[in-house]
Amino acid sequence: MKVKFMDFINNLFKSIFKSRKTVKLGIYGPVNAGKTTLANRICKDWIGEELGTVSRIPHETREIQIKEKVKIKNNSKELDFNIIDTPGIATKIDYEDFMKFKLSEKEAKTRAKEATKGVIEAIKWLENVDAVLVVLDGTQNPYDQVNITIIGNLAARDIPVLIIANKIDLKKAKLKRIQNAFPQYKTVGISAEKGKNMEDFYEALFELIK
Amino acid sequence: MLTLQFVPYTEIRELSSLGRIRKLLNLAKENKVVLLEGRLSKEEEAELIKTTMEEINASFRGIELAVVNPNESQDDVFTKFKATLASTLLGNKQGFTIIGPATVIKNIKRDPNKLQLLMKDAGSRSRRSSKKRRR
Repeated sequence: MKVKFMDFINNLFKSIFKSRKTVKLGIYGPVNAGKTTLANRICKDWIGEELGTVSRIPHETREIQIKEKVKIKNNSKELDFNIIDTPGIATKIDYEDFMKFKLSEKEAKTRAKEATKGVIEAIKWLENVDAVLVVLDGTQNPYDQVNITIIGNLAARDIPVLIIANKIDLKKAKLKRIQNAFPQYKTVGISAEKGKNMEDFYEALFELIK
Repeated sequence: MLTLQFVPYTEIRELSSLGRIRKLLNLAKENKVVLLEGRLSKEEEAELIKTTMEEINASFRGIELAVVNPNESQDDVFTKFKATLASTLLGNKQGFTIIGPATVIKNIKRDPNKLQLLMKDAGSRSRRSSKKRRR
């Protein structure tokens, strides 16, 4: 009887103080869609600091970047996230493209080499995430094979996906085109740089995790 | 001269995932544009991208890839059921895949109704290969 009572007390304490699960939130997408800008926006909103540097030169993020224990609140709910910002996925990397941004040949080749490793890492990390934000540039054609391959792989692994149509502050952006391309997923239009529509984004994020 | 090579599904059906990826990537590295009957699985597509990245060097800059699956965009339940049944019976034989070297194909533009292959102009390709020869 005494043992049973102690078990009951132990279980009660465990249920009260058990550590809340941290959601490993991957940020995936093609190159220059604004993944790091979104990661920075989320981190700035909730912990007041940024995660990584952004640049107009493609493949600025060439390593996985993680910010742990980012506590996000939405209405009465609160969740801990590990924000995992991944390098942009591409099927080709040409060092000569970087030289158009005034990088020397040596710098361009180094960047290309690092970028290829980054893509490999990003794909490997698909195994380690609980949910994914697929960030697409709202001004670009969403039917790119990279987008379809990323989303298809997440579906095959049963990982919840929220599609982010970024850069909707730009004139050329077409939210509807992205929604039509992936009708089976919820799509939220935002501007990560300007912080536009972030309330809807956090609402959709909590719906994704529930 | 541009070479377009058709690969029937029977040529890859018996191969392992690694074997399929190797075969397609080797053809692309021979500067051929491959038209594959059917498609790879989603996991194989990701693996193809990974392997491509591992092999990028001064002469091989990667690939352009497009997978066309006519049943993918169908919304109604009956068509989806038909597609799933066909997939179970035929494997990934439905649709087709285009893979080509990034030094030959500039871009593959697609929307729900059309697919456009934009080729690099012959001048820039020959300039690039003469540069390679000089190295």
